[in-house]
Amino acid sequence: MAYVRFENISFSYGDNQVLKDFSLSLPKNEIMCLVGPSGCGKTTLVRCLLGLSRPDQGEIYVDDVCMFSSKRRINVPAERRGIGIVFQDYAVWPHLTVKENIAYPLRKRRVKREEIARRVQNVLKQVSMSEYINHLPSQLSGGQQQRVAIARALMSSDSLIVLDEPITNLDAKLRDQMLNEIRELQRNIGTTIFYITHDQRAALHLGDQLAIMDPQGELVQIGTDEDIILRPKNRFIFEFIGVTNFLPLKFIDSAYHLDLGGQMVPWPEEVPPEVGGGLPLDMGIRPNDITFDGASPIRARVRRSVFLGSEYDYFVQAGDRELRVQQSTLDATLVGVAKEGSEVGLRFLNPHYYPAVARGA
Amino acid sequence: MINLRKNRDLAAMEGRRFSLDGMMTGLSFVLLLVIVVTPIFMIVYHAFFYEGKFTLDLIVDQLTRDTTIASMWNTIKIGALVTVFGTIMGVFYAWLLGRSNIPGKKLMRSLFTIPYMFPPFLGAMAWDLLLNGRSGYLNRWLMQTFNLSSAPLNINTIWGIVFVEISYYFPFVFMQVVSALERMDPTLEESARIAGARQGKVIWKITLPLVTPAISAGALQILISSLAHFGVPAILGFSQGIFTLPTRIYSVIARSGGSFEGIRQAAALSILLVAVVSLALWVQKKVLSSGGYDIIKGKSMRPTLINLRGARIPLFVLALSTLVVIVVVPLGMIFLVGLVRAYGLPLIPANFTLANYQRIFTTSGTLASIKNSLVLSISAGIISMLLGTLIAYVVQKIKPKGTGALEILSVLPYSIPGTVLAIGVILAWSGSLRINLYNTLWIILIAYIARYLSFSMKTSSAALLQVHPSLEEAARTCGASHTESLKDITLPLIRPAMVSGFFLIFLPAMREVTTSVLLYGPYTRTLGVQIYSLRDAGMMPQASALGSVAIVLIIIINAVVNTLNKDRRGV
Amino acid sequence: MAQVQVQLKHVTKRFVTKTLGDVVAVDDFNFEVYEGECFSILGPSGCGKTTALRMIAGFEDLTEGEIYLSGRPVSSSRSNLYVPPEERDLGMVFQAFAVWPHKNVFENVAFPLRIKKVNRSEIERRVAEALRHTSLTGLERVFPSDLSGGQQQRIALARSIVTNPKVMLLDEPLSNLDPQLRETMRFELKELQRKFGFTIIFVTHDQSEAMAISDRMLVADMGKIMQIDTPENLYNKPINRFVHSFLGESTFLKVIIRDGQAYPEGDLEHPLDVPVPQGADREMIMASRPNAIELGAAGGYQTHIQTRIFLTDRTEYVVPIGNQTLKVQTPHRITFSQGESCSVRFVEPMWYPVEDEDAEKERQRRQLI
Repeated sequence: MAYVRFENISFSYGDNQVLKDFSLSLPKNEIMCLVGPSGCGKTTLVRCLLGLSRPDQGEIYVDDVCMFSSKRRINVPAERRGIGIVFQDYAVWPHLTVKENIAYPLRKRRVKREEIARRVQNVLKQVSMSEYINHLPSQLSGGQQQRVAIARALMSSDSLIVLDEPITNLDAKLRDQMLNEIRELQRNIGTTIFYITHDQRAALHLGDQLAIMDPQGELVQIGTDEDIILRPKNRFIFEFIGVTNFLPLKFIDSAYHLDLGGQMVPWPEEVPPEVGGGLPLDMGIRPNDITFDGASPIRARVRRSVFLGSEYDYFVQAGDRELRVQQSTLDATLVGVAKEGSEVGLRFLNPHYYPAVARGA
Repeated sequence: MINLRKNRDLAAMEGRRFSLDGMMTGLSFVLLLVIVVTPIFMIVYHAFFYEGKFTLDLIVDQLTRDTTIASMWNTIKIGALVTVFGTIMGVFYAWLLGRSNIPGKKLMRSLFTIPYMFPPFLGAMAWDLLLNGRSGYLNRWLMQTFNLSSAPLNINTIWGIVFVEISYYFPFVFMQVVSALERMDPTLEESARIAGARQGKVIWKITLPLVTPAISAGALQILISSLAHFGVPAILGFSQGIFTLPTRIYSVIARSGGSFEGIRQAAALSILLVAVVSLALWVQKKVLSSGGYDIIKGKSMRPTLINLRGARIPLFVLALSTLVVIVVVPLGMIFLVGLVRAYGLPLIPANFTLANYQRIFTTSGTLASIKNSLVLSISAGIISMLLGTLIAYVVQKIKPKGTGALEILSVLPYSIPGTVLAIGVILAWSGSLRINLYNTLWIILIAYIARYLSFSMKTSSAALLQVHPSLEEAARTCGASHTESLKDITLPLIRPAMVSGFFLIFLPAMREVTTSVLLYGPYTRTLGVQIYSLRDAGMMPQASALGSVAIVLIIIINAVVNTLNKDRRGV
Repeated sequence: MAQVQVQLKHVTKRFVTKTLGDVVAVDDFNFEVYEGECFSILGPSGCGKTTALRMIAGFEDLTEGEIYLSGRPVSSSRSNLYVPPEERDLGMVFQAFAVWPHKNVFENVAFPLRIKKVNRSEIERRVAEALRHTSLTGLERVFPSDLSGGQQQRIALARSIVTNPKVMLLDEPLSNLDPQLRETMRFELKELQRKFGFTIIFVTHDQSEAMAISDRMLVADMGKIMQIDTPENLYNKPINRFVHSFLGESTFLKVIIRDGQAYPEGDLEHPLDVPVPQGADREMIMASRPNAIELGAAGGYQTHIQTRIFLTDRTEYVVPIGNQTLKVQTPHRITFSQGESCSVRFVEPMWYPVEDEDAEKERQRRQLI
């Protein structure tokens, strides 16, 4: 059941159309991650949902209540929408203690004092911040401040929370920990979470569903982690969610050949007819999907080999194309490490095919 | 259906928010128009228009007078000398107290900013008591001891004026350069040493060029302040007929006894002074916009201190004696003369009395002057603080059309010499616009507000910039209306900045003399004016006693400000 | 054997701080760096790596010990010798670039030569060469503020190679650059080293950076040297728990040894299928790399998938073991769904004594400095 619905939202800053006819539904009690490169309009969408920006057109519903409608001239002001929000910069108020910060949404709703005290205690326990109840934000670390912000969002609403890049300002180790905590919290409370990020890794970590936007602000694909990774809908998503190599495929003598610049090697894999059909293609492949196989006719020379602990990172040259190859340390001990300068054969697992684009574009 | 109706009500509520913003914007414009634009317009009008017709006669007439040329020349000469020597002194001590291993750095650094707190005219008074060509204490002592027929030193000269102004204005450069040295990334100097440069070479080739932007910013601040300065040349120059443009304007008004012709002449002279200062301001803008270097440090690291070796103690003594000359001697002189029974008597305990204090606290005029200054400073502080914050909010958060004009208007009076501003206020508010505030406290208050508005506007602006929009937006999503989020979040966050903005205005207003000396009436003397007039009337001990009271007041207020600033919650 | 280029003998540095009292920033450092080598000093903040580098550079004096550069003593507590940095003939690159904003690219790079009073045509020639090697040719008259971070760091590199120093000190030179640039600069550094043959001492807190660039590295913690070895040996045979966790992703299990079998804490019924090392204590920490744990249907310790995270290049699983959880990383081809039962097997885990709690506390105290 859709809990939040964006219907045909359009938004522009002056002449710059950020969102055009954007529609998206958030299932109830799930984590939906909206992923897109910076500047694609995802923060604008959040601001429209919260009532901080006003779309030019479209409708927004939360739990079937209309929050905005250009047609019916409805625009519920931000303070009446009852949506919890966690901003990237925490936005905890530095002049208020943890308790006062968290109690603020309840105070604005004229909740009784004892009730406030009880609920503050309760929510602090959930974010494991009970012992900091009387601290000022300046006495807390970034991660702790973000927990306060999450607690405050939970006070605004226990049914819908929006997290706008909440972990970007934290260091790497803390980031994973916060993601786990958010996940736990959602499991315990069952809130609907709308998580906005440019970091596909965080989204894969957290989301039940991922919605991916392209730089033009179009929604490209909605799906689970496996859908997105194994079946990316287009070239943009394939490139966006991980490191990629591209090699051109040319259709010569009724068969696809790998174009290694001056040298054509028959392409050993089957190209699905619906994408192929004789047109020139770009074959996309992830570094960890290339393996060394002495028997393969596709030959390459190892330019650089770098040991990174959990994996070996290679740059290999096939014809005049440079490819990046990753080999896990486990495989390296099984198959052996390729030395710099040596010749190797390449095998490609899980190739993806896209219509060729002009080089350099 | 119920939802729909509720939503309509809410949508209507949104409209009110815009009217609140609109009201604030409108109010800002109107107040600036009244307080700032009117006096400036009046000066320009009266300098170029006579009986409704455009004429250059007045300006030309003034420009061709020898007295005008002489005072203009004096203004420029004093300004240039003060700037050059003040800058050298500021840079030298900034380096010595910022980068060498001289003892007591931290304490000395704060002591060196003391002159910044006190009004230069009190210093001028003290030096006059000490080195006056005819009756200065030091001069008489030297004449007696060495059997001299005439005074060996004379403070009542251009060089005397320059000396006193330097001791009060060098902190501009000193403070800028100290903070630049502090912020500088030490690896900039370390990489020069790795490149093979010795310590001395690093200072000359790397450190000094890197702080050049700070030096020139401070130097221009000195130049502009000195060009517009009234107190020191007034106290040291009048007796010898040495005039600068600000003191000439004052004397034209004083001599004309408030006649309209005198005020018109003063307006013409004001245009000249504004022209001179504008030139300096223009240079300042050029220099500042050419941009500082990015010398902010990355990792926090202690900069390597330069070992002075053998020179450590002599330089320490030099710094201490400088402090004695610029701080201890003038303040001590004021305190001592304030205690002496009659001016000229030797400064020994036998001649000391508290009668001067008794007299100033029982004379109604003097008491009233303290009260006037307190009333004026507190009201100017509060009003400017509120008005400045209002304008800052409009400029930073609402950003309506004409934001740029609003910003310029609010800082404009700060770059106009106080003397000129006073002339403008007289022209505007003594009846020509059907409002006559002359001889009331109101006219001084308006001048103070115009003069100091930019202080609070700047501190509040800086604080508001720190209040990220998401802080207010978070409050909105928590259920607070626009007004509520202003009241609960934004205002509390900038409150500390507003308080320091208040004191930034209150302090200089307490010791103000430049504008008040032109605006006061029989019952509206201020503390500064009263000291000035007591001295003018030859009552040196009483003037000094009142000066001592002013000094003590300033010290107390500063202590209060420092404690307030120590533990502040907010941005 | 290559010649020793830099040598530290019993080098110790003590600071007295107001808040923390006496702190031994560097405690008895002993190591040699050979000619042409790339040697990294790696450790968390507060481990003493920067202090050690600054003592080699001559910005800090040492409390005890001796430092030799090319066989010549430059700092020695015994003979009270201290050679200032400008006389040590070093190259150095700093984290914040430290290029002089008031000098253009040419003047920045020419500065060391001007100080040495090299004649003008020689300066022109050598600066041009240094700029060519750092791909800055054509930017001679540009000021640093108009250049990107990567280009500014190249200026710093050019400036330090222009005098052809034997030893190059690098203080986190890549930390202020974005990740992609960091990788390219890493290779450029190695290329420069190949061309000019200088010795590199590289200070960093980033283990992957250190591994990618170093011939040998030193791992330090709390002012003490933990281990010095090649990247492979450090990764595969870390000497203690700290080095294990610092050198890459690690997962630790507290294990109870009973009758020659290893049981995870909280489950004394099912042993883990691993050989127990000789002379093991009753309780041990067993350390593994998450990608060196085999996940299968049967044959090993039986458990189930608690969490599954599907990433582009691998799948991460969290599985409960006794009262602990274990992180496992596998290629995509090995798939389990959430809640599915599975078995885990450990490939050559490392064994460490149950960690001393005090060491962890001391580490936190140092973070405050």
